Parts: sequence; C-alpha cells; structure tokens
Amino acid sequence: MSTRVEKPPVAEVDRPTRLRLYQLMVELRDFEQRAYELFLENLVRGTSHLALGQEAISAGYAVAMRADDYTFCTYRGHGHTLARGASMAAAMAELLGRGNGMLHGKGGSMHLTDVKHGAMGSYAIVGAHLPIAAGAAWSAQVRKSGQVAVCFFGDGTTNIGAFHEALNLAVVWKLPVVFVCENNLYMEYTPIESVTAVKHPAADRASAYGLESILIDGNDADVMYEIARRTIGQARAGGGPSLVEALTYRHGGHSRADPAKYRPDTEVREWLSRDPVKRYRERLLAAGIGEAEVNDIETRAQQKVDAATEEARTGAPATVDEIERQVWSDGGAAWRN
Amino acid sequence: MAELSFREAIAAGIAQEMERDPMVYFIGEDVGAAGGVFKATVGLFERFGPDRVRDTPISEQAIIGAAMGAAMTGLRPIAEIMFSDFLATCWDMIANQVAKTRYMTDGQVSIPLVIRTANGGGTRFGAQHSQSLENWAMAVPGLKVVAPSTPADAKGLLAAAIRDPDPVIFFEQKSLYGVKGEVPDGEHVERLGEAKVLREGSHCTIVALAAMTPRALAAAQNLAADGIDATVVDVRSLVPLDTRTILREVVKTGRLFTVEENPRLCGWGAELASIVADECFDDLDGPIVRITTPHVPLPAADVLEDAAMPSVERITQTVRGSLR
Repeated sequence: MSTRVEKPPVAEVDRPTRLRLYQLMVELRDFEQRAYELFLENLVRGTSHLALGQEAISAGYAVAMRADDYTFCTYRGHGHTLARGASMAAAMAELLGRGNGMLHGKGGSMHLTDVKHGAMGSYAIVGAHLPIAAGAAWSAQVRKSGQVAVCFFGDGTTNIGAFHEALNLAVVWKLPVVFVCENNLYMEYTPIESVTAVKHPAADRASAYGLESILIDGNDADVMYEIARRTIGQARAGGGPSLVEALTYRHGGHSRADPAKYRPDTEVREWLSRDPVKRYRERLLAAGIGEAEVNDIETRAQQKVDAATEEARTGAPATVDEIERQVWSDGGAAWRN
Repeated sequence: MAELSFREAIAAGIAQEMERDPMVYFIGEDVGAAGGVFKATVGLFERFGPDRVRDTPISEQAIIGAAMGAAMTGLRPIAEIMFSDFLATCWDMIANQVAKTRYMTDGQVSIPLVIRTANGGGTRFGAQHSQSLENWAMAVPGLKVVAPSTPADAKGLLAAAIRDPDPVIFFEQKSLYGVKGEVPDGEHVERLGEAKVLREGSHCTIVALAAMTPRALAAAQNLAADGIDATVVDVRSLVPLDTRTILREVVKTGRLFTVEENPRLCGWGAELASIVADECFDDLDGPIVRITTPHVPLPAADVLEDAAMPSVERITQTVRGSLR
C-alpha cells in the first residue's frame, strides 16, 4: 500500500459537533495554561508535560469515540484524559498531590487515569502502552463488545521496540485499535528528523505493517475528527488497525524543566500561527457562528478551570494511609502473613 | 489420584481453568499446535481452539503488554514467556506496567494475569537459558511469585494463580517437567501463600524452592543416616510469603538452612534470613546458612553446571558441617 492520505475528504462537520470540538479544545488549553501557572506558584510538584498546542488531536478523537471505547495515552496525557470526560477538579488535585486527586496522590501528572470514562491510563515509559492498547483491543475483539482502543503517542515512540511489536501484533491479529502518532517534531529535546531513518516517523513506516500511510494536519480539529471517525469506524467494523501520523507542535518545552530554547524562532512563530484553537475559532466565525456563542464557550471553560483549581487548592493533602493501599485487589499491600 | 508428569500437570491446570472460565485465554510463542517447546501445554490448542490458545510472534513486550491490556478489560490471560531469561526483554512491561498500574491508579484496574515461564538450570543450556530469576520478580512490589516443586502443586498452584485477581509470575523449573507424581483427581486448586512442611525433624529446618526441594529432601535422607533429623519446608510461594509456617518450623529446630538455586546476592533466602534474625533471633542455636549457586552466570558444561548448583551432596555436607 503506497497511497498516502494527507488531506482526507472532510465532510461538512455539523454545527453541534463543531461547537463540542471547540469547547473541548478551549477547556484543554485553559487547563494546561492553568497547570503551568500553578507550577510557577510551586503548587505543582514533580514534573509535568503539557500538551499546549496539541489539543485538536485529543478533541477530534474524543468526540468521535463511543463512551465505552478505550483511550491509552502518555505522560503528556492531561488532555486525552480530560477529553474523555474525566473530572477536571480531580485531575488538577492530582497534579497538586491532594487527597481529592484522581488517583489520591499515588499517580501524579504522568499517570492520570479514569477508567469509568474509558481513560485507561497515562503511561510514562515510552512505548509501553502500545502493546497494552493492543491487548485491550484483543479483549474487545474476543468479547465481541464492539469497543475500539485508541492509543496516542509521540514521534519519539516510533523508535522504540514496543512500537514495532505492537503494530505487528495488531495487524496479524486484526485488532480494533487505532495508533495515533502525535508528531510534534521533537523527541523530548531533539529534532525527531535527526534521529529517525525516515522523514515521517509513523507514516513512512506504515507500509512495513501493510497499513495505509496516513499523514495529516494535527492542528486542524475538523481533519482530526474526520480521520478519527474513519479509523475508529474501520476498527469497529472489523477492518483492523490504523496508524495515523498527525503533525502538530508543542507550544512549550518537553517538560516543566525545559524552556525549549533549542527551537528556531521562525519555526516557533510559524507553528504558533497555526494554533489549533485560534484557527478553529476563526473557522467557526467564518461559518456563521456568532461571536457571542464562541465567547460564551470560552467564558464557561474559564469558569470550569477556575472551579477545578479552587477545588484542588482547597483539597487536603494526600493521606499517608494511602501508601499501603491498593497494591493488591484486596485493597492492601501485604506480602507476608 | 492419577500419576502425571509435571508438564502434564501444567496442561491439566490450564485446561481445568479454561473449562471453568471462558475468560481464560492462553498466548505465547509456539504454544498452539506445537504445544509449547517444553510440551507443557500439549492438547490445549486442539481442545480449546485457536482463539483461546493463540500463537504470538517472538515479541515478548507485545505478549505481556497484550495480556495486560486484556486483563485490564475483562479477560484472565495466561501468557507464556518461553524461558525466564527472556523476561529481561519485557521487564518494562512486567516491572513498570503490570506490577504498578493498579497501585498508581489507586485500584481503578485489576490485572488478573498469569505469566508462566520455564526457569532455572540443570539442562546444560548455558547462562542465557538457565537462570533462576524468581528474585527479580520478588523484588518488585505488585507481583506475586510462585514456583511449584511437584506435579500436584504445578496443577493446584497454577489453578490458584489463574483465579487470583492480581498478577502472578509462575516459575516452572524446567528440569522438573519430566518428574512424575500423584495429582488429585477432579478439580484441584491450592492456595497461594502457603508453605508446605514436607518432613519434620528436630535438629534443623531446611527451606527450599522448586527444583531445590527434592534435593533438600534427598539431603535430609542422607542426614538421617548420620543421626541428623531435618525438617524440610517447600516455600512454594515467595509472594505472598508464608512466614508464619517458616518461623514456626525454625523456632522448633533452632537452625535455618536455605537452599536456593539463584546466584548468591539478594536471593530469597537473604530476605528470609533477615526476617528470621529479626523475629526469632533468640530461638536460633546457630547461624543461618544459605546454600546457593555462586554469584556467577550459570556455565553450560554438565560438570560445571552440576558443581555450580546446590547438589544433594553439597546440601548434605553443608548442613552436617554446620551442625557438627
């Protein structure tokens, strides 16, 4: 299969869907922005990896997913987790190490998980969650549940062995899984092109697995929604896995510690001009959606983030009782009698 | 009671649980029509079909990752890693993902997963196909670790591991596969975390695991001829660890010897020695003695391998020398 899909035919996305996509993107943007501000206040400890600039991918897929589909994401996973409907307050509280955090303080920023909403975890060892997502898809396949697993990962993941093992197995077993590479051009601090044998780390390798090569604009929410519908639909219909490479850009550094000085100014400027949130706002206005309605979405998102922040700030610190809870399914941590 | 080989007992344990629970699936390399390279799963493919007994590529990360993802979402998978040495190729999956995800998500997921693997030496396969690696697993919070020594336990403990709601690494000592023994008829399920007292004596307590257990028993026979009466305990499960039984038996005899196939450093016997020293120091009549493989990669040649692993003679002489 040598065809490459770069611009999937985007059908006119209906108005409610567009408003939903915009609302999600604004919420994710505001959440990450607030998380950054809370770092500066030294309220968020440890590390954190923001997805500012990558919101269209999370939103496009989340809106296209069925409520019981599975999301697997990386340590840069706040957006993917929230996009499935996880509590913003619980996420913020987890970043702050509070007892009312999503994981009661035991996971932190890199492991946000909300199984009730299909957010099956944020995995912080590069590549690990690709085989795990394939496994959830295998389970869905044999249970004939119709569920699809969607697995998001960065460009750097394409160079680790688990990527290859997962892709190969998913194709051989024809699993209902969609692999979405968020190519933000940098493997942590290093340009991905300088450490990868091919120009497009996922799309150029798709043919190795007999898959269609899909390289798309990850900063366009309509394009993302469309490719999500197509790839999820194919998986759900028994047509097997897809590998999508969505081009995008991190507005900030790799993590809290990284000011990202290694990126050329011209490149940063060019990508900021393609900001998925601003771009979509303009598209909504051009499509005749009133500015008041757009403003209202933005105001409500701010209010939601404010409320979540307040709930997190006022939460009690995580309790030390948690330390020896939930190693095992009996709720405890006993290893001896 | 039927007499089964250890390998037949493994297959019987899996079959018993696959029959009982349709959510039990079994994957691994060459486990399908081939019946496993150690022939420990012969007949399962024919009986349960290619969906429930499924061959994988040589992709240990994919095997464990897929089993984990499936375990998180409703299946009870059994994943085979052909040789325990290959656990190194998927250790991220086991130590970072399988072991920690329940804890990190504060119990949002359970991972009822069994990883079966052929472990240990005695087959002249050399240092990359003979390691005794139960201590690797024991060192990681979130993993249960089981290693049977008899066909009956192979079936009963494997069934218990499959029913357990948490991840279990199930070490099958490969030199035991051909050993025969009585296995109870009908459904047979043991409990994880119970050591078994195989022989009661008054002079010392020898604690052993897997293939070292029959050697400890044989040594006890030799020692009996010298008038030394040894208790022999089969640990069976390192996590959870039945310290109650072991401490009780050590208190009765006042002496502890561990027989470990693993290389010296950080073997399970070291943890046991620490617990015994902490909790029944005053009951000890002499030093705790660990009998292990030296701290070397296991050599291949028969004379070297046999001399490296704890032998019946070495156990006998060490205990005799220490009690003299």
